[in-house]
Amino acid sequence: MILTELTISQAHQGLKKKEFSATELCRAYFNNIESTNKEIFAFLALREDRALSEAKKADDLIACAQDFPILTGIPIAVKDNILVEGTKCTAASKMLENYVAPYDATVVKKLKKQGAVILGKTNLDEFAMGSSTENSWFGPTRNPNDLTRVPGGSSGGSAASVAGKMALAALGSDTGGSIRLPASFCGVVGLKPTYGAVSRFGLMAFASSLDQIGPITKTVEDAKIVFEAIKGKDKMDSTSVESQFPINNFQFSIKDLRIGVPKEYFVKGIDPEVEKIIGAAIKKYGEVGAEIIEVSLPHTEYALPAYYIINPSEASANLARYDGIRYGYSEVQNPKSKIQNLLDVYMETRGKGFGAEVRRRIMLGTYALSSGYYEAYYKRAQKVRTKVIEDFNNAFKKVDLIFTPTSPVLPFKIGEKIDDPLAMYLVDVYTVSINLAGLPALSVPCSGAGKLPVGLQIIGKPFEENKIFEAGKICEY
Amino acid sequence: MITKEEVQHIAALARLSITKKEEGKFRQDLSAILDYVEKLKKVDVSETKETSRSISIKNIMRADEVSKFEKKLIDGHLKVKSILR
Repeated sequence: MILTELTISQAHQGLKKKEFSATELCRAYFNNIESTNKEIFAFLALREDRALSEAKKADDLIACAQDFPILTGIPIAVKDNILVEGTKCTAASKMLENYVAPYDATVVKKLKKQGAVILGKTNLDEFAMGSSTENSWFGPTRNPNDLTRVPGGSSGGSAASVAGKMALAALGSDTGGSIRLPASFCGVVGLKPTYGAVSRFGLMAFASSLDQIGPITKTVEDAKIVFEAIKGKDKMDSTSVESQFPINNFQFSIKDLRIGVPKEYFVKGIDPEVEKIIGAAIKKYGEVGAEIIEVSLPHTEYALPAYYIINPSEASANLARYDGIRYGYSEVQNPKSKIQNLLDVYMETRGKGFGAEVRRRIMLGTYALSSGYYEAYYKRAQKVRTKVIEDFNNAFKKVDLIFTPTSPVLPFKIGEKIDDPLAMYLVDVYTVSINLAGLPALSVPCSGAGKLPVGLQIIGKPFEENKIFEAGKICEY
Repeated sequence: MITKEEVQHIAALARLSITKKEEGKFRQDLSAILDYVEKLKKVDVSETKETSRSISIKNIMRADEVSKFEKKLIDGHLKVKSILR
């Protein structure tokens, strides 16, 4: 038995039957990390000693308990913008190169409570800004399916760790596609939960009306297991809410399922191979009994420009806290610095501590929020956001789920888009509207794709993750 | 295309130092993105309200309680880390 091939429930059964220990499972993953991480660069930091002691604790529990939580002894990787107490949390930025997390994020606390083993922290685009994980201050992550290509972003390290069998599951964050895109590019499963379904306490704030934490896993069932473990209202996050919908034991029949396919998603700009594979996957759902209905989301082409106003605007406000005084990198500590006054500290620290894309977004957001431009850009974008939400509300009157490709393109070459920010932004064209509307969406790999994976995006109504999971499982057969 | 002066003005508002060399790249990138978002002007939003969050939530307040500060005062002042040499 190859331990790193198992899914979460298979590993859980194995631990229960004492076929192997949590320590052995943990070591198996560290062996893979040792042989593979150098070329993939999924992890920024490993916590081997602590992980092994967490595995030992899990083994102690397993030895004396009849029944134990499903994540006990399960090795999980965490994106490096989510806090794990006592471990560095860098957001892949020079700004936070030496920042050590003072507490556990709520999601991490919940995983630990179940006895999960935290392997380490995964690479990302700096402060989660990007679609390729090339914007990391520490260097790019490579796609395990083809080392010359990007893993997608911004949770590229998390997706690559699961695809490269260096973690059984991982946590990512998704502001405009940052879980789903890398899941699609790496050939794994990724869920962006409904806005509010998962606490964001301990996640570094990027664009607060859009950010969500979610799982990246090998299978849909695993995504459901991790989602169940991390979801729920948290008194530390006033935007979190308790879902009213049951996750288990609800009626699901493929024969009653109405699947909407938005015609605006299959227009110019989509790679013909992606179109072919997604078309075939949707057809398969029709063959097993679902009703396929063409729907219209007329404001689709305006979602991306609205997103690239709202996102940088919120980011420019959230990143104001990195001022050289409260957190991380500071020009005050640079002996060669020519700073004269407090304003210099701010300007020089932020000018040197942030990378190109982060500065670009802060500039763009500052411009959109500045006097004289606020109405024309930010306010208008928020009104277009309302239009995008109305489109989804109308479509969901006729259908239960909406199917689209996760990305219009196949995983691209490292370096291909890095000098053209607009070309990079266009990769997010199918994912951002879901964040604007706060909907849940899953990316699941399509079977029958070639060497490079293609993800099917399944979008649901708010808090109906359960339906998405059941439908997603069908894609895996 | 946005001007050099505009780039420097925004950078000052954003508290970011920008070198002369970077000015050109920022002008080019920001202009390309702003041209792209011009599209938004085509949408009729005259009757539309803004959305700032996708779920409707109201402010959640904790109880307003005074908590005791643990650290000692020196001559009635709090001692904090120095921030400038």
